[in-house]
Amino acid sequence: MSVADFPTLTADAIAARVRQGTVTPAEMVRASFERGRSVGAGRDALNIVLWSDEDAAVKEAETLSSQFAGASKGGRLAGVPIAVKDNIATLGLPTTCASKILAGYISPYEATAITRLREEGAIVVSKTNCDEFAMGSSTENSAYGPTRNPVDIRRVPGGSSGGSAAAVAAGIVPIALGSETGGSVRQPAAFCGIVGVKPTYGRVSRYGLVAFASSLDHISAFARNVDDAALTLEVMAGVDPRDSTSADLPVPSYREQFVSPVTMAKPLNGVTVGVPREYFPDSLDAGIRKLCDRALDSLRSLGATVRDVSLPHTSLAIPVYYIIAPAEASSNLARFDGVRYGQRIASGDGLRSMYDATRSAGFGPEVTRRILLGTYVLSAGYYDAYYRKAQEVRALITGDFTSVFADGVDVLFTPTTPTTAFAIGSISDPYEMYLSDIFTATANLAGVPAMSMPVGRVEGLPVGGQLIADHFAEPKMFRVAYALEQALGDEAHR
Amino acid sequence: MAVTHDDVRHIAGLARLGVSPSRLDDLVRELNGILAHMEVLAQVNTAELTSENPAMGMLAASTPLRSDSSGPIPMFGPLESFAPEVRDGFIIVPRLASHAVSTESGDVIPDDDTAALSGGEPDDDPGETIL
Repeated sequence: MSVADFPTLTADAIAARVRQGTVTPAEMVRASFERGRSVGAGRDALNIVLWSDEDAAVKEAETLSSQFAGASKGGRLAGVPIAVKDNIATLGLPTTCASKILAGYISPYEATAITRLREEGAIVVSKTNCDEFAMGSSTENSAYGPTRNPVDIRRVPGGSSGGSAAAVAAGIVPIALGSETGGSVRQPAAFCGIVGVKPTYGRVSRYGLVAFASSLDHISAFARNVDDAALTLEVMAGVDPRDSTSADLPVPSYREQFVSPVTMAKPLNGVTVGVPREYFPDSLDAGIRKLCDRALDSLRSLGATVRDVSLPHTSLAIPVYYIIAPAEASSNLARFDGVRYGQRIASGDGLRSMYDATRSAGFGPEVTRRILLGTYVLSAGYYDAYYRKAQEVRALITGDFTSVFADGVDVLFTPTTPTTAFAIGSISDPYEMYLSDIFTATANLAGVPAMSMPVGRVEGLPVGGQLIADHFAEPKMFRVAYALEQALGDEAHR
Repeated sequence: MAVTHDDVRHIAGLARLGVSPSRLDDLVRELNGILAHMEVLAQVNTAELTSENPAMGMLAASTPLRSDSSGPIPMFGPLESFAPEVRDGFIIVPRLASHAVSTESGDVIPDDDTAALSGGEPDDDPGETIL
């Protein structure tokens, strides 16, 4: 293997070669940085990376190598360079949430998910750009400028985890971490032509993920194929005493569920795939519809039973989401007040003025808008009409999923997004931008696992197909995704 | 339920956000634009939700309680490495300039005495409070 092959290598392949001793972690780290330079990952081009330190990463890789001894040649991610969205705490590295209010903040602790990846040999090579505090669907809301889509630099990579998605799509790293609150990994995965997976709420610890909306937030993963996505989730998943909402359930091997159509003609025999009609409105882009139909044909040919189902409250997801998420954000972001960490703007007029000055200077327009919206829907006189009502409708949306899965559906298949990647600067109306999440926010509201995978391209732009499963049914979801990926082959990328 | 300029000023105060007058018109328009899309929820019948089908769905049923204790969180650096201003292990903040404060007994103490409450001397340290 040549280091020149790095941009096409999967995480599993890199770790295998490191364990075999044919490449070193330091070589892989250097290859990652070389790839970043060649594609223009910096501020003046794709603007993927907010922080990186090649010397430090190489040193960490060499330290890792020195720890390999005897039979122990490294873990499941030995020597794998990874990128991490800048709202996930990484010990001793900056964590800014792409916000001016956290400029210069060095995290004094680390997310459990990162610790688990490091324990298996992964090396953090960069912190990636994102919408400020993960509030956005395009990565245009970053205080450090928009990230550009490597597939077409005139277009957004999606968001809010656009930097991590672009890093994987550009071949800088084989896997990356993002976070989801309403689709912030699946939507950019679809726009960039890669795999993005959001686990069941509670499957991966949220400890160290800077809170946006705690009942909706999930640490999630990007990869270039289903196998690497499953591997990454396997490593991160599991109960964590530092997150009381993490589930104390065993973590199965997702990869053991894989059955290739090469080895079995009908690997999805006995699997029922539901197609919710609400996700295929008349207004859906014709090219996206055609590619979804092709994917459904592939699922049938793999042995799956495909049938129409209904999730009748789907259209209410965006109004519900944009009440609950800002409400929780208005509480969570109260901690950024210039007192304990982050930026402080001294106004010279006392504590209250310092709060006002720090927060108004530190937060960008979208974060400000959502904090105000969240404060409004929680305020006296409006709580019942907005917040309580939204929580009730959220229960109905969750009930939709419960019903279809109880009725024998194993996984749902939908388009991930209603459009392909849109041009940078083309959407200025906040609510129009919010509609980018229309097919993804439901899974966050219900807490069910979901993933996006490439199913083809429309006019050269990637299209994602979404699989959604019942709570903790990731094994079924990955089994279907892997078989579909194998069946589509190169067609998924053209 | 249209949002007014006064509403935005009120919620900005609650949220400790300084909103400049030049932004007020835009914020009123944007918030009203967004909230107009939320009105559809009022038409949804949620009367059938019961204690068996709670408003929080799976989350209310599955979120466990933990014991009211916790171990130390391993920190990479001392308070000084991330806090804006620290002295003697305490975080320094500006004095409360426009509010009276209450003691535990309920007595209201003028602002000028705030620093003394936390151990400082007003004359020595007129612009800061130690938290």
